[in-house]
Amino acid sequence: MATTPTYPKEHYLNHDFGIKSWLLTKDHKRIGILYLLSITLFFFVGGFFAVLIRLNLLTPDGALVTADTYNKLFTMHGIMMVFFFLVPSIPATLGNFVLPLALGAKDVAFPKINLLSWYIFVAGGAMTLWAVMTGGVDTGWTFYVPFSTSYAQSNVILAAMGIFVAGFSSILTGLNFIVTIHRMRAPGLTWFRLPLFVWATYATALIQVLGTPVIAITLLLVGLERGLHIGVFDPKWGGDPVLFQHMFWFYSHPAVYIMILPGMGVMSELISTFSRKPVFGYKFVAFSSLAIAVFGFIVWAHHLFVAGISVYSAMVFSFLSFAVAIPSAIKTFNWTATLYKGAISFRTPMLYAFGFLGLFTIGGLTGLFMAALGTDIHIHDTYFVIAHFHYIMVGGMVMAYIGGLHYWWPKISGRMYPEPWGKLSALIIFLGFNLTFFPQFILGYLGMPRRYHTYPPEWQVLHVLSSAGASILGVGYLLPMIYLLWSLKYGEVAGDNPWGATGLEWQTASPPPAHNFVEMPVVNEEAYDYSKEREAAFV
Amino acid sequence: MSETTHAVAHEAHNPNLQHHFYDMEQQKDASSLGMWLFLITEIMFFGGMFAAYLVYRHMYYDAFAAGSTSLNIYYGGINTGVLIFSSLTMAMAVHSAALGKQKLLVFFLLVTLGLGCVFLGIKAIEYHDKFVEHHIPGEHFSFTDMEMPNGKMVEVRVDQGQAQLFFSLYFALTGMHAIHMVVGAGLLTTLIIMSLRGKFNAGYFTPVENIGLYWHFVDIVWIFLFPLLYLIHRIHNV
Repeated sequence: MATTPTYPKEHYLNHDFGIKSWLLTKDHKRIGILYLLSITLFFFVGGFFAVLIRLNLLTPDGALVTADTYNKLFTMHGIMMVFFFLVPSIPATLGNFVLPLALGAKDVAFPKINLLSWYIFVAGGAMTLWAVMTGGVDTGWTFYVPFSTSYAQSNVILAAMGIFVAGFSSILTGLNFIVTIHRMRAPGLTWFRLPLFVWATYATALIQVLGTPVIAITLLLVGLERGLHIGVFDPKWGGDPVLFQHMFWFYSHPAVYIMILPGMGVMSELISTFSRKPVFGYKFVAFSSLAIAVFGFIVWAHHLFVAGISVYSAMVFSFLSFAVAIPSAIKTFNWTATLYKGAISFRTPMLYAFGFLGLFTIGGLTGLFMAALGTDIHIHDTYFVIAHFHYIMVGGMVMAYIGGLHYWWPKISGRMYPEPWGKLSALIIFLGFNLTFFPQFILGYLGMPRRYHTYPPEWQVLHVLSSAGASILGVGYLLPMIYLLWSLKYGEVAGDNPWGATGLEWQTASPPPAHNFVEMPVVNEEAYDYSKEREAAFV
Repeated sequence: MSETTHAVAHEAHNPNLQHHFYDMEQQKDASSLGMWLFLITEIMFFGGMFAAYLVYRHMYYDAFAAGSTSLNIYYGGINTGVLIFSSLTMAMAVHSAALGKQKLLVFFLLVTLGLGCVFLGIKAIEYHDKFVEHHIPGEHFSFTDMEMPNGKMVEVRVDQGQAQLFFSLYFALTGMHAIHMVVGAGLLTTLIIMSLRGKFNAGYFTPVENIGLYWHFVDIVWIFLFPLLYLIHRIHNV
């Protein structure tokens, strides 16, 4: 234990040099970093729009921007954050980096397709950014027809095609991961010895592969209808706008689970490592990921409760939506049970995990309000919905993403982040987040509709609280960016396994060599086996 | 034991084995699984349009029946035959590759490519006829009469918006299918060049197998499109 960790002489970062070695790399670790850089850019672009939204809402009369500009702001915030940050966030960065290492493989199954998926992502992102810079889009991220096909005056086709293109990157990543998990596991690494992060990534990949093609064809039809004036969804041509909503949410609701399942996978790793215990009820947690993926495909019409669907189908979808709470609750309870009698250490990643646990619970339970048909009529399209999904997406997924980034940062960079700063930023993000979004629950329940750029003066206090929280949250997001970059040069050398964690990725050097392992690993033990350590502690 | 060692050493020299796989078997398993997954994404992609077609067919039965009747059943029927036959030649190509018969492989790939081009040619004639008849959705769309298979012109009285919806979906579905055919033709050309350069042998022909799967998939899409678009609404006695 007394040996000081040393930084390896040769690793994937200095295996090859120059811009070309990065842009033509087939190494999953480098591709993960390429994704990390690109989605960070999109995160801050989306964040910039959020700042303008919150600034505008400081005053009841919306003094900062016009109503039209405001429509563009929330649309572009949504598009950037959903399609170009949240969907690729954990799978494409941490997933790409960690998955082959965790499986004891040299790479993903199709390294060239992996690189291709990044280029497709960048191309889609560039198209959408171009649409943003040359006038923007104002349809909302949902592209509802007939507004998007016949009436919107903004860059709808370009933005929709950007998302269409980026969708293929998501499909290819999902396809690559499924094949990798099926075919590239190290000897002895059976399905039930896999880390739960791998199970969650697998469930996510299933949704990416099955759902994304449907949004692709839907957006393509919107583009064709708008561009060539052929009728598909517009009632003017005999089309049915509700059909669009069905097809849109057939992807976009499962996509919500693309945006949370990987976070749940990270949670299992964090909770287990920092309480030195195997995850309670491993198989339940593993199968609940698959259950969420399956249920995710049969609840989409709960977005259409007020769109004129039949009351009987609404009842069925309401019931199914309640059913999603079961696997989600299994996970939450099992993480909590894992903590019981664990040797808990409050390191930065664990603070994020605790944040996730609380915020996801609030976000999940408020989701049930909307699954109930009667309550949904009251809170549909209000700030209650906004607050609900931000508790899941930001309070859940972004928390898990940043927590996971801290957890695997020593593996990615070979160096530790500064712990005090890490804890401080976790605290700031937690406080800022709650201050931003909790008032929005109240606003929504009082009747504040989403997507409005003005509001009655009596709601100003709540809106000012929310905007103040957003500024704190902004500081919280900037801090890790600064100190993680700083740590690349000045951070302490991490060593192979700074957390004493199980999992194959911790058995190789940090940063890992170009081909991941010097000797191909063989697995003889169950996942999260801390029994030896515990026995040693009690002797 | 010595046999196994020998086999591993031999595999390590196989120029087609990529560095991140243990052996050829793992590599082949991975690419087949990847191809099947890709085809599942394609099913979902076409599935969206099929769903839209079925919903609207239910809503606007009359207009869709008239639209179906206006399609040329002979062209559609011949094309169905052409595609089924091309699936056979594709299967023969894969079979030849598995037996290591290089010349037969090239021959069957060329025949498959030729049949694919025949399909696209006939489709182009059909599209041209539709263009002449103003059945292409857009500003000049008009569906007031159509030519029956016996050459007789008949008057059609259906809602123009609903009729346009039929043709929008007809062109979206068959157009997307035709794009897949064009991609398939490109892939076949690549395969022909690769096999002429002797890239394949009885031990390695995964690309032929996977592109074969793709070709069969595109055929199967047509096998569903043909009855849905041409057959099930046809009105016989106008």
